[in-house]
Amino acid sequence: MGNEKVNVTVKINGNEKRAEVEPRTLLAHFIRDNLGLTGTHIGCDTSQCGACTVLVDGQAVKSCTLLTVQADGSEITTVEGLGQVGNLHPMQQSFWEKHGLQCGYCTPGVMMAAVGLLQQNPNPSDEEIREGLEGVICRCTGYQFIVDAVKHAAQLMRETEAEVQLVGEERL
Amino acid sequence: MIPSKFDYVRVNSIDEAIQQLQQLNGEGKLIAGGHSLVPLLKFRLTEPGALIDISRIAELKEVRKEGNRIVVGALNTHFQVANNQIVKEHIPVLAETVRQIGDIQVRNRGTIGGNIAHADPAADLPAAAHVLDAKIMIQGEDGAETMDMESFVIGPLITMLPENSVLTAISFTIPPSHTKSAYLKFSHPASGYPVIGVAVVAGVDENNMIDYAKVAITGVGDVAYRATAVEEKLLGQELSETVIKEASQYAAEDGEIANDLFSSEEYRRNLCKVYTERALKAVLF
Repeated sequence: MGNEKVNVTVKINGNEKRAEVEPRTLLAHFIRDNLGLTGTHIGCDTSQCGACTVLVDGQAVKSCTLLTVQADGSEITTVEGLGQVGNLHPMQQSFWEKHGLQCGYCTPGVMMAAVGLLQQNPNPSDEEIREGLEGVICRCTGYQFIVDAVKHAAQLMRETEAEVQLVGEERL
Repeated sequence: MIPSKFDYVRVNSIDEAIQQLQQLNGEGKLIAGGHSLVPLLKFRLTEPGALIDISRIAELKEVRKEGNRIVVGALNTHFQVANNQIVKEHIPVLAETVRQIGDIQVRNRGTIGGNIAHADPAADLPAAAHVLDAKIMIQGEDGAETMDMESFVIGPLITMLPENSVLTAISFTIPPSHTKSAYLKFSHPASGYPVIGVAVVAGVDENNMIDYAKVAITGVGDVAYRATAVEEKLLGQELSETVIKEASQYAAEDGEIANDLFSSEEYRRNLCKVYTERALKAVLF
């Protein structure tokens, strides 16, 4: 038993990818080794540290705790899908401005968890941000600057949304 | 860490899941959110021959009101349960409890049925299940059956789920409208699991006499339990701090309290009393 591979199709950062995988392949390994997207890090491998967090259908998920076959048909966003150099996502911009990182190892996962949090709660309090980041571990920052960064990102994202709405209304 | 090899099959109905379990003859294991199972697979603590993915069976995702009970389909994630309007309105203690499970990522994937079927002695959910008189709904080879928590969970990670059957839903009693509820937890700082979790649903009548009291405790031993000794001391008494304090002294009576590397039995027994008292006060005052 266990030698049969399975076909999966995922949309990763907007691009559709098909692959044949062993059922035991973890999504984190698939993203890193098969797709070559090494921005998703593996920290603890025991579902605790959250460095491997990605968005699956818009929700933050620890990709070391999901089999690739479970994600078949899903839309996945990794840190590479957030923004590019020169065109940073508000979360990336805020981590830069507010010094939300030091060594940077946990940062991709923390940012993806934070983006997932803001999708569920666009205007979180400090306490809600801290609660929302329960699933990620950072050993450098002491978290305070991360909380500042997420708060700043939430503000930037609300402002952008307001601007988009305003422009839309003007057009009407 | 990489799990041992296994086959994978996705099913679209409960019947198909049961058929697969029969065909695999003990080698098949159901997977839903996988947030209890995948960690075990990675440690190779379990090495099933095949996984049967039930996560896309639509009929297991319903939440509905049936008379004085709320039936929550097994595949609802903790995030979905915490934000479900029916749950929040009728059985808020369930929403309050699942909101405290793990972290956002875990709540996004972990399911209520998987949590109960996994029977982790340090899980939060069983406390709420006990105070809401949960009935575990099971579909098997010979049809449907239900079990209560006491008969379903018989030990750490051990349940009476019959062979070749699927836990389809959990049905909770709606408590009387005059009652209030709370789930109070002392988390292990590293794991987030409760060192103790106390769920309470209680209320008083128009004369300030306690006429409804359900108390359940999780995390302190091999299985969660109803603290019936506490309930008996409360019922029929006029509400006062003294009554609550005295009743809380019996909080460890009904459980088998563990002594392990996380904490001593003595400390846990004390936590039972302290957290029961706090939870009762939060509900009744």
